[in-house]
Amino acid sequence: MVQQRHFDEELAELKTKLARMAGLAEDQIDKALTSLVTRDSALACRVIDRDHKVNALDVEIEETCIELLALHQPAARDLRLVTTAMKLSTELERISDLAESICERAIELNEVPQLKPYIDIPRMGHLARVMVKESIDAFVKEDAKLARKVVMDDDFVDDLMEQLFRELLSFMVENPQTISRAIRLSFIAKSLERVADHATNIAELVVYLVEGKIIRHTSPPVPS
Amino acid sequence: MDLMELPSIESLDDRVWPKPLKAETKALSFSYGSRPALKNLSIPIAEYKITALIGPSGCGKSTFLRCFNRMHDLYPGIRYEGEILLYPDSRNILAREVDPIEVRMRLAMVFQKPNPFPKSIYENVAYGLKVRGLTDRRALEEKVEQALRSAALWEEVKDRLSAQATSLSGGQQQRLCLARALATDPELLLLDEPTSALDPIATTNIEELLLDLKQRVTILIVTHNMQQAARVSDWTAFMYLGELVEFGLTKQLFTNPSKKQTEDYITGRFG
Repeated sequence: MVQQRHFDEELAELKTKLARMAGLAEDQIDKALTSLVTRDSALACRVIDRDHKVNALDVEIEETCIELLALHQPAARDLRLVTTAMKLSTELERISDLAESICERAIELNEVPQLKPYIDIPRMGHLARVMVKESIDAFVKEDAKLARKVVMDDDFVDDLMEQLFRELLSFMVENPQTISRAIRLSFIAKSLERVADHATNIAELVVYLVEGKIIRHTSPPVPS
Repeated sequence: MDLMELPSIESLDDRVWPKPLKAETKALSFSYGSRPALKNLSIPIAEYKITALIGPSGCGKSTFLRCFNRMHDLYPGIRYEGEILLYPDSRNILAREVDPIEVRMRLAMVFQKPNPFPKSIYENVAYGLKVRGLTDRRALEEKVEQALRSAALWEEVKDRLSAQATSLSGGQQQRLCLARALATDPELLLLDEPTSALDPIATTNIEELLLDLKQRVTILIVTHNMQQAARVSDWTAFMYLGELVEFGLTKQLFTNPSKKQTEDYITGRFG
């Protein structure tokens, strides 16, 4: 005799808020990359301006979670949902901060001639964005299998970052004139790598939400 | 890389069994006439720990608790099956040759509503000791003081030990019952919803006491208040319709129960 509870509505509302925030953070990354690739500094400025919306949602979600903890003393899966939501919102807020930082570098880069055609950075950006999207899908659907896939995908982004870094290093060694641009591009690559890390954190939180197991810091064995 | 290489629920399963034990029920069943109330319960009671029994009304929690001091013996048509072992001597409380009085000497019980004897505060605590043959006045006084201190009541009543126990407040009366239970140095303390008739402050006082007391006495508590079970107990057993649904570490049962029924009950979806 399972009962419907009013508390379920509040939990559903919390999930909706998180999904909204996630959509916004995802879009921030998307637009930040566009502003770099299309050399559109006006777009970059708009992304920077919009970061406060994500921040506001972060605060709102934290307040909601604290309220739910204080008033309902949730247990078991309810408890895991509320604590996961609190951490997840912080991860999303950081993703949006990274989008802001990418935009700042893009604005600087857009003022000087392009160092090279951007190939790997958009690829990294695409992968990182897919990871963010899938980690959020995994959260909404409470799908631990999808979450585990996201955790695995992080390695690809790390590999791309390494490859790009070596390429930029060779530019800098050959021609010191490129140093300032190459460094800015490697900052962007680093930001995208961090976005993927945050997506991984979200995915690990989803595994905790669904299975009650903390898999963070239990790196899987590296295949030989 | 194979997804299966990540830790799964099974490989991380670290559910543990308490050790050492103060008591244990083995395949305990109990019925009132033809109506079975407890079905095949095997529950360990960890020594110097607090074990909580939770479950909806009528699930058999109190019946289970009362089996320990054979309180059901007076009713006609009741039937026990299985064993309740009391350690370290593995004495089976339910064995025919065991005298209920002997069992009750080793255990103590506190009930839902404070039930002091209609006697003085002092007499309430000294009663069990006198029954056990302690007559030395000095020794009795010492024991009474000790028990009242253990129940955090001494400071409030030391100047009026001869006053009627019923003149105390509800919370004080319940602590008096606790002192009365503790005076005889029981091995196992049985508590049947001991705070359900108390206000939040008196409840907190009792809970704090239990946490102090478990240093020297094993506690088995039945409670309707899930937050109370979560706050005070080390181990929790969840019962439903006379059966054990889940037993485990309290912190595990309240964050990640393994059975859906437990999950539904502790999150308020049924019961």
